Amino acid sequence: MMQREGRPTASGSGKMSAIGTISGDRGLDHEEPLTFELGRSGAVGVDLPDCEVSDKRLGGLRRREPTGLPGLSEPEVVRHFVRLSRMNYAIDSGLYPLGSCTMKHNPRLNEKMARLPGFADVHPLQPQKTVGGALAIIGELMRWLKELTGMPAVAMSPKAGAHGELCGLLAIRAALEARGEKRRRVLVPSSAHGTNPATAALVGFDVVEVPAKNDGHVDADALEAMLSADVAAIMLTNPNTCGLFERRVIEIAEHVHSAGAYFYCDGANFNAIAGRVRPGDLGIDAMHINLHKTFSTPHGGGGPGAGPVVLSDALAPFAPLPLLASDEAGLRLIEDRGAVQSGGEPFGRMCAFHGQMGMFVRALAYMLSHGIDGIRQASEDAVLAANYVLASLRDVMSAPFEGPCMHEALFDDRFLEGTGVTTLDFAKAMIDEGYHPMTMYFPLVVHGAMLIEPTESESRESLDRFIRVLRALAAAAQAGERERFVEAPRYAPRRRLDETAAARRPVLRYKSNSLAQAAE
Amino acid sequence: MRYLPLTPDDRRHMLANIGVADVDALYRDVPRSATAPRSIFSLPDTQGELEVERYLSRLAQSSMSAGSVPFFCGAGAYRHHIPAAVDHLIQRSEFLTSYTPYQPEIAQGTLQYLFEFQTQVALITGMEVANASMYDGSTATAEAVLMAQRVTRRPKAVLSGGLHPHYAETVETVAALAGTVVRAAPLPGRAENLIEMIDDQTACVVVQSPDVFGLIRDLRPLAQAVHARGALLIAVVTEIVSLGLLEPPGAMGADIVAAEGQSIGNALNFGGPYVGLFATRDKFVRQMPGRLAGATADADGKRGFVLTLSTREQHIRREKATSNICTNSGLCCLAFTIHLSLLGEEGFTRLARINHARASRLADRLLKIDGVELVTPAFFNEFTLRLSKPAAAVVDALADRDILGGVPASRLFPHESRADDLLIVAATETVTDEDCEAYSRGLAEVLA
Repeated sequence: MMQREGRPTASGSGKMSAIGTISGDRGLDHEEPLTFELGRSGAVGVDLPDCEVSDKRLGGLRRREPTGLPGLSEPEVVRHFVRLSRMNYAIDSGLYPLGSCTMKHNPRLNEKMARLPGFADVHPLQPQKTVGGALAIIGELMRWLKELTGMPAVAMSPKAGAHGELCGLLAIRAALEARGEKRRRVLVPSSAHGTNPATAALVGFDVVEVPAKNDGHVDADALEAMLSADVAAIMLTNPNTCGLFERRVIEIAEHVHSAGAYFYCDGANFNAIAGRVRPGDLGIDAMHINLHKTFSTPHGGGGPGAGPVVLSDALAPFAPLPLLASDEAGLRLIEDRGAVQSGGEPFGRMCAFHGQMGMFVRALAYMLSHGIDGIRQASEDAVLAANYVLASLRDVMSAPFEGPCMHEALFDDRFLEGTGVTTLDFAKAMIDEGYHPMTMYFPLVVHGAMLIEPTESESRESLDRFIRVLRALAAAAQAGERERFVEAPRYAPRRRLDETAAARRPVLRYKSNSLAQAAE
Repeated sequence: MRYLPLTPDDRRHMLANIGVADVDALYRDVPRSATAPRSIFSLPDTQGELEVERYLSRLAQSSMSAGSVPFFCGAGAYRHHIPAAVDHLIQRSEFLTSYTPYQPEIAQGTLQYLFEFQTQVALITGMEVANASMYDGSTATAEAVLMAQRVTRRPKAVLSGGLHPHYAETVETVAALAGTVVRAAPLPGRAENLIEMIDDQTACVVVQSPDVFGLIRDLRPLAQAVHARGALLIAVVTEIVSLGLLEPPGAMGADIVAAEGQSIGNALNFGGPYVGLFATRDKFVRQMPGRLAGATADADGKRGFVLTLSTREQHIRREKATSNICTNSGLCCLAFTIHLSLLGEEGFTRLARINHARASRLADRLLKIDGVELVTPAFFNEFTLRLSKPAAAVVDALADRDILGGVPASRLFPHESRADDLLIVAATETVTDEDCEAYSRGLAEVLA
């Protein structure tokens, strides 16, 4: 059988590394300088005619100093970025079990569709009669999102999940103001994503933490006791970040509403329930949908995302501009408060223009491809895969909560007790095994948390291999093979990086000499 | 379903392994009343790639794409040529399908380009430090105002009337929550007196150059006055290519630069995704929003890059974070970085000069038409015309002639009746002589 473990082409330790190479590169692993170190004046990667311009219309403000950008030809630029790309892990090259991030397959059809000139080469302020196709995409995506969530309205302009949270809380704030109320508190469970408290604080609310119970669910009784006339909203992630569906969610919603507060749901984990549960049936008032998670628009190394927010009837009137209206004449953007139909009270505007069109096309292509049956199946497969991982690992790793889980399996670090291996070490050892680590140390309610989200995109063979590797790693840790962990990774483009030094003496841009210091 | 690897046999095997009879058992925490049957959704089932492509292609054809007609729209989004290498490189799997670089050992590709991006942004804006991007120019501007409120501990933001109204509204939506935002009335073609609006409660003055009408503004006198009052100057740039020809805001005294980077490497995309640029002075770095890539060394002493100063950020600091931003514009930054690497000093300055020359020539040509006046005496690649007829109707009539003739100011200032006859016209390197000829002919006909 072929040897498939490990990465034979990677830089290594032991004898081989002691020899070293003359170039500093190792086979297919190339070191790559910065463009600022590669470039020189005179080289250029685009052919543009030289063209003198007069100062007549420059208001006396012509640039006096050169920018200092390096010059590079096209082949140099292409090689540079190809070499950089090879230093990255990616879902296309391997299982990416980052809990809470939903690293699923990114279909290439979606990329192709987003680049059609009728979507990509359309200006946001063209006359509306010339953008019918673009508006139709937004309208159709809105229909899908409303159907899938069972909610009556959706605001499309938020540009990512956290931006969606901001949109939802601003709508809540506006709704309270319209009621003549000024409530100051927002309840956020201790297991929440950091964006939840950060957003609540940004909107001017005091954040009050709701404890979790020992079984990983939010403490619904404590929550009920915390509700008062001063509570504006609760922000609850469901399924929650422990990978569990909050079974008392409907009861929680009722209590929240009878206290006159609103229910914001963090939709980061929608991939567990899309097509099987409509959040609207749970009594929520607002929820953002990370199109870059559930609906597979690529994460792109940290964005762009898109975070449309579905809204209940109570919050819909406060949706931000622009709005998409539909009447006999067809679809039409409403960009001005004065043109809003009666009853509408937009709280403001989230950004210039109309949201992440490029992401909308990709998400809609995903939805149309899957269809409702495929979306349901994808959710079920994601949940099945996570439970399979949980069931296959819980005897050797420690799971803090009883299953079944939703689409992510949570472990803690009890199985590493006494081994001298931390969650961080364990994660770094996974890198040597060819895997991206799971989410570490989150959620905060579990000690040394390891949150694994395999997604629906993995075959059984892929899951089995991953499970085999993790079982062997757990056994190795328990057998005292500490060096395997504390010195990991050995086979990655870089060993562990000194983050403390990076923060103590920040080097945030290239200057000649500055980098020599950083590498000292 | 082509994207789902598990077969029915796999699923049976896995369920057996877990020890449950069916997948419903895994959803047992979901209340029965909230379990949705397939029939509740009025949505179609799976479709093949061919069907989806056919449907979406048909929709795409019902928009008038910029490249298919003479095209002159700007006002915050610009059509530039994107070298073929850019789109090829950003579609490499390792860039496209990776996550935020939280595991730096296997994300050096992303971290290094972010470091290069930060350096490029700092260089062209003339600032000391830049972050790894915001969502877009408008949200970057809002974050800049919030940062100024934090730094100065003062509540008031003064916005120039030449600031793009969508930006101003975005700022008002968040910065008015804990402070006050005052906006000057627009004075097309002129710089208003913002100095008299500054008081000892003013955190910042926000001014855009070139402004929404295209006017180039000298920020130096304003910077002096702002600093004398202990406030910060936030400079906004919506057309970043302008910095290839114009004095950068950093050289004119800006404390924070918030800009839209779409013009470099990124398509129009009907308004998004774009890439917000955010740059400031070193002394404010710990008050900055957003991610920062920094250089360091690994255990073997090799240079490498990490995300740093994370104690500013929501995943560490939660409600005390400088911003709630998490996902930003990663891949759009990459497109920006690649395009600007291809341009380099020479390409960037040539591109800027060509833009100014095109727009200048177009303006000269249009000014020969009866009923056309130039409102903006100094401009980069975009200028404002006063027409003898309402601009919205003119743009509409031009669209009927298959010309996208610019953005009527009334679209951005619907409540300013003085804006009704103003047309904002942009011309980049993508505009040909034939396009200008067609535009000039069309405009003359419509105004006749």
